[in-house]
Amino acid sequence: MKVERQEGMETHTVSYRTYIFVWVALLALLGITIAAAKYYYSTYSVLINLLIASIKAFLVLIFFMHLKYEGRFLKGLVFLTIGILTSIIALTFSDVWFR
Amino acid sequence: MDELTHTSTSEHRDYVGAKLGMWLFLFTEILLFGVMFLVYSAYRDVNSSEFHEAGREMNVTMGAVNTIILLSSSLTMALSISAIKNGAKTRSILLQITTIILGTVFLVNKYVEWSDHIRHGLYPGSPDLLSMGHGKILFFGLYYVMTGIHGLHVLIGIIVIAFTAVFTFRGVVNSENFSKLENTGLYWHFVDIVWIYLFPLFYLIT
Repeated sequence: MKVERQEGMETHTVSYRTYIFVWVALLALLGITIAAAKYYYSTYSVLINLLIASIKAFLVLIFFMHLKYEGRFLKGLVFLTIGILTSIIALTFSDVWFR
Repeated sequence: MDELTHTSTSEHRDYVGAKLGMWLFLFTEILLFGVMFLVYSAYRDVNSSEFHEAGREMNVTMGAVNTIILLSSSLTMALSISAIKNGAKTRSILLQITTIILGTVFLVNKYVEWSDHIRHGLYPGSPDLLSMGHGKILFFGLYYVMTGIHGLHVLIGIIVIAFTAVFTFRGVVNSENFSKLENTGLYWHFVDIVWIYLFPLFYLIT
């Protein structure tokens, strides 16, 4: 069934190379996070590991999930959702920490 | 625009709408897993030393291998979409099948891990676990629930990708019409992101 190219249908196809580079970066970050936990454990380890995990998630979001190539509306919605979750977590901790 | 009078091969498709629909669903999933992470964080804050100790039961190598598996499966899924957009049908199908295989290996690993823990008496409600500290009980409760629900999502993803592979084979999914595959990919990447956070929080806290 032939369908006309619709408005919004990105004609941009991400190259295999880009995906493979992202994958290598993700594996490298995985190595860093494990090394950080095993050999450089400190009070900041949780924060560092969460930060690295967030970078990995960001890479998956931007490249694998195509967010880099999407319009502002969708990017805005994703940002909003993450913002809402962050607010929920922050508000909860503003309570947990003072009990 | 008189698509309604066409009786031939026109079909109403909404590429943007379909993609947006999947994203909206993923937002609900972000909140679902997000609040579970919140529960974990709150209890860990209150029981940090017991969580730290409980984390020692986790096998970091298994967790790392599973992370590599899921990251690679995200790669093969993304590649399969570029492939079908380039018209490389067979390659796309092979990549989707690889994604399914990787996902299945992940689940098998999870089964092995869970079996091991259960054999050591570490399961919700077990007498061994209940005799331990409050923090440890919470850690394992969260572990089983969170990895369990995540595993369920992996299983669902595998089944859906099996469908998209068949659709691709039949030509329903093709270089002009690939929403089904693309949106399934979005779901699969999300499941990968959840694991990206699960791994450090359960396996790297010692």
